[in-house]
Amino acid sequence: MEKIVIAGFGGQGVLSLGQFIAYAALYEDKAVTWLPSYGPEMRGGTANCSVVVDDEEVASPIIAVPDTLIAMNTPSLLKFEDKVKSGGLIIVNSSLVDEKVKRTDVTAIYVPANELAHEAGNVRTANIVVLGAYMKYSKLFPREVMLNTIEKVFHAKPKVIPANQKAFDIGYNL
Amino acid sequence: MSEKKLMKGNEAIAEAAIRGGCRFFAGYPITPQNEIPEYMSWRLFEVGGQFVQSESEVAAINMVYGAAGAGARAMTSSSSPGISLKQEGISYIAGAELPCVIINMVRGGPGLGGIQPAQSDYFQATKGGGHGDYHMLVYGPSSVQECVDILYNAFDKADEYRIPVMILGDGMLGQIMEAVTLPEMKDVSKLPEKKWAATGKNTGENRRIINSLYIEPDELESLNRKLFDRYALIAERETKYEEYLCDDAEIVLTAYGTVARIAKSAVNILRENGIKAGLLRPITLYPFPSKAFLEVANRPSVRRFVCSELSMGQMIEDVKLAVEGKKPVDFYGRTGGNVMTPEDIVEFVRTEVLK
Repeated sequence: MEKIVIAGFGGQGVLSLGQFIAYAALYEDKAVTWLPSYGPEMRGGTANCSVVVDDEEVASPIIAVPDTLIAMNTPSLLKFEDKVKSGGLIIVNSSLVDEKVKRTDVTAIYVPANELAHEAGNVRTANIVVLGAYMKYSKLFPREVMLNTIEKVFHAKPKVIPANQKAFDIGYNL
Repeated sequence: MSEKKLMKGNEAIAEAAIRGGCRFFAGYPITPQNEIPEYMSWRLFEVGGQFVQSESEVAAINMVYGAAGAGARAMTSSSSPGISLKQEGISYIAGAELPCVIINMVRGGPGLGGIQPAQSDYFQATKGGGHGDYHMLVYGPSSVQECVDILYNAFDKADEYRIPVMILGDGMLGQIMEAVTLPEMKDVSKLPEKKWAATGKNTGENRRIINSLYIEPDELESLNRKLFDRYALIAERETKYEEYLCDDAEIVLTAYGTVARIAKSAVNILRENGIKAGLLRPITLYPFPSKAFLEVANRPSVRRFVCSELSMGQMIEDVKLAVEGKKPVDFYGRTGGNVMTPEDIVEFVRTEVLK
């Protein structure tokens, strides 16, 4: 079982980052739940989603102790850092977060996602850069599965597929 | 079998309702169920149905009353404050013996309350809600697939018993995305004829009247007795529940809807720590699976029940009635839109139940 909390500002693609993981789980025939925060705090405020991937059935979609935290902004790191499982993974978007992870019992990865996405040609793919880094370190799904997922999810907008696959690889090859 | 899809609870409910034969929807927006009317607003037209965004909740339920009286498979959805506004209409629908489906994606109350998940409308849903002696068939699904399975057959049940069917969800169930398998579209042209429906044609001298006014006490009493005979039949045939690891359980957790999933994870954690826990999950909330609770309560291995809800304690009253005092029933709840974690329930069991 993998329990992931993804958090950031509304508009950073936090919810869609979680959905890419959920779609990959669907295509790989795993059980998955994707639960977003909803409400007024999403407008310009913070947004987060909880994703649980399991082999058979997901019982609780509510996560108390995530295996992985993806923090796209500073408030998200401050809010969720202490909750991560000992031995877990924290991925920090270091383009927007100056703080370092204080915990010493977790693996901390710093991804300058906005800069990397900008260099790749589209700053809106910062969340996909992070997705690439997450897949590299978690090995949750193979690279090919994720590239395929990107293709399937964007099947109605084929023009954006190459940019997103490129962004994924930038994160994956960090 | 069709392909698995990733769907939000609200969207899956709307699609499953249409595949189950829904051809009329009236509703008024409210968080956290807006994806249902949004989906219905474009999807119903594809299948030749009708969608109305009404001027109010009161109007919406009365449109459902009218459409159901004319024989349509009719549905409305709302969330707690909106469902309160619909209570008069629901009572009339029950009194007129009309079938329909009502979704309540519950949010915290009382009053306008909040927009986050809650289960504090259990009393309203299961004990009547509006005025008069009546009940609805009430389901408390806990996953998106279960929403689909229940909605797909909900109109059949409503038609068969000529009663309103309510789906009691919560904000989480509406917003969560899960993989679902959707069933085939039912052929609405092949549904059994409704010999009572006011269709306005071919009824000859036998006028069909949709009415809930009975001035003669004897007539009203016989309606009430007829309805309750029907509820007894429904209790016999339609009661549903799930047992999880109850066979050797000492602590039996009970919860419905999404909370039952949180409780299921709590059972797994407790078992990993050597505590024999199980879960008894009502799927129908009315009729309540009382026999199953009494049967489990009579097992010598069972020491206590723990009822978990997103309320100050509503279903626990049915649990206590059902177990007839054979075993103690503890309560752990969160309210106001706060949701417990599996670990919260585990902690409660350890510190309060096993102390």
